[in-house]
Amino acid sequence: MAELLKIEDLTICPASAPSRKLVSNVSFSIEPGKTTCVVGESGSGKSLTALSVMGLLSKQLVRTNGRVLFQGQDLADLSTEEMRKIRGRQIGMIFQEPMTSLNPVLTIGFQIGEPLTVHLGLKGDALKAKVNVLLEQVGIPAHRANSYPDELSGGQRQRVMIAMSIACEPLMLIADEPTTALDVTVQAQILSLLDNLKTSMNMGMLLITHDFGVVADVADDVVVMFRGEVVEAGSVAQVLNKPKHPYTKALLACVPDAEGKKPLKPIDYAWLKNEQVPA
Amino acid sequence: MSEFILKARDLNKFYTQRSGRFGFGTKQVKALDNVNLELRHASTLAVVGESGSGKSTLARCLLQLQPLDGGSVFFQGRDLAELPANELRKQRRHLQMIFQDPFASLNPRMKVGEIVEEGLLIHDLGTKNERFEKALKMLKRVGLAESDLNKYPHEFSGGQRQRIGIARALVLEPKVVVCDEPVSALDVSIQAQILLLLKELQQEMSLSYIFISHDLRVVRHIADEVAVMHQGKIVEKGSIQEVYESPKQQYTQNLLKAIPGQKRQLA
Ligand SMILES: Nc1ncnc2c1ncn2[C@@H]1O[C@H](COP(=O)(O)OP(=O)(O)OP(=O)(O)O)[C@@H](O)[C@H]1O
Ligand SMILES: Nc1ncnc2c1ncn2[C@@H]1O[C@H](COP(=O)(O)OP(=O)(O)OP(=O)(O)O)[C@@H](O)[C@H]1O
Ligand SMILES: [Mg+2]
Ligand SMILES: [Mg+2]
Repeated sequence: MAELLKIEDLTICPASAPSRKLVSNVSFSIEPGKTTCVVGESGSGKSLTALSVMGLLSKQLVRTNGRVLFQGQDLADLSTEEMRKIRGRQIGMIFQEPMTSLNPVLTIGFQIGEPLTVHLGLKGDALKAKVNVLLEQVGIPAHRANSYPDELSGGQRQRVMIAMSIACEPLMLIADEPTTALDVTVQAQILSLLDNLKTSMNMGMLLITHDFGVVADVADDVVVMFRGEVVEAGSVAQVLNKPKHPYTKALLACVPDAEGKKPLKPIDYAWLKNEQVPA
Repeated sequence: MSEFILKARDLNKFYTQRSGRFGFGTKQVKALDNVNLELRHASTLAVVGESGSGKSTLARCLLQLQPLDGGSVFFQGRDLAELPANELRKQRRHLQMIFQDPFASLNPRMKVGEIVEEGLLIHDLGTKNERFEKALKMLKRVGLAESDLNKYPHEFSGGQRQRIGIARALVLEPKVVVCDEPVSALDVSIQAQILLLLKELQQEMSLSYIFISHDLRVVRHIADEVAVMHQGKIVEKGSIQEVYESPKQQYTQNLLKAIPGQKRQLA
């Protein structure tokens, strides 16, 4: 099947140090109706990769190489206006830190409604009704539409971001650790909501997460990042059950067990350095 | 010394929320509903529960970062609300918090070195040189490097920011640390490293932790006791073994059943 999103040789550096690669030759693609989980080291470039796809890298960073194709079209060729039309309409994004992307002086109802007005022209009662449906889908009582972001709990803010990102039923969703602040029951509800969109709308999803339980439950494919590079990619069964790269093996060995019996042990990086990397 | 370092009695906290179709009405909600808890000296008490059940509110109220509408918090037997302002300021060093939203809690205009050193400066601990050495050592223990000292918070990834918040709290060698989702943004290796660091410091300095987390696997590894919150109330508490092996409340049973990854066996 044709890819929905194709990332090719993406390389990102600080503008002030163009030889320091924060993201280095990253390539992977996402198919419609499939979920690709990106896992890996803290600081390995997962969020920068996602932000770069959306054209939202900070000005201090530059893409020095690579392209991002969405439905075959190079996103870099689009004008700011055309990109704005895709963002929020065809590609939804859930950011890692909700407080930094929600506007503190606007009610959450307004912020969830905004993409519906901008992209779909929804107004008045129809808008209100749709906002209420979205709130309910993410498990927030409709009357909270009048609340401001700082009146919500961490997990509620995260769910507001989720509601905003799926409001226009995008073709593709980029979710950067969307459920870190959610308890397991609400998390299960959100993941099944996303899964429904995936099947009913054929939505493709790029999901960044540290939670291998989530990966095991929702991923079709897995991409593993380490120090700015993709070190391994494959189907969820392959990566979780037959990991090839030593980093992947070492990372999986750190996953805490549910019984609390396995001792906690971080990766021994000195050991990892001497491991053979498969061709 | 008493067996308990921190005790909370009948904590109540209300929020006023706008309600009604046009947001003109208001509604009182109970974020904390007669909450009682005891933190044993040099132990870890986990607080788990539904998103929105009042965990972060409890954390802030325990440390007097937010006013209570009822109840008292006793630190080493003394009612925090009755301490004179300058005494409370002194005790703050011993009552630290690791915030749920790391970026929002870091001053964007301060360098990381300054952020981690600031508490030492405020509490007048050590010489300039000693403060620098302490901050550097703690940053290294959370997996950051000396070259990070001169960077600003926006130059870090989500997990790196979370670790800056952890270093800032622990560098003060406090007695009680309330950790609000301290490892949720970390990869499982750094997560193990931080959990081991928390345990090491607990042994070195008899630290006591309140550990708020939604990750029940992590809780099982780190905590001695666990309290389950639901709609502003503590509905169940006990030792880790009691609660995990024979949960009494339906809500607790549901939580344990919903731990992700149970569908597929990891290699
Ligand atoms: N504005 C910036 N200037 C310089 N370096 C930056 C900037 N933003 C991010 N970095 C660095 O780029 C690297 C990749 O960051 P990124 O946020 O993509 O990591 P991540 O994989 O999402 O990590 P985490 O799991 O901790 O969120 C990190 O080492 C970070 O310190
Ligand atoms: N300033 C406020 N005004 C009104 N309501 C508030 C305010 N702050 C919090 N609330 C509400 O109080 C309840 C408890 O919030 P709290 O942040 O303590 O939850 P939590 O258990 O930490 O949740 P999470 O796991 O999602 O972080 C939530 O329903 C929240 O929406
Ligand atoms: Mg990130
Ligand atoms: Mg919270």
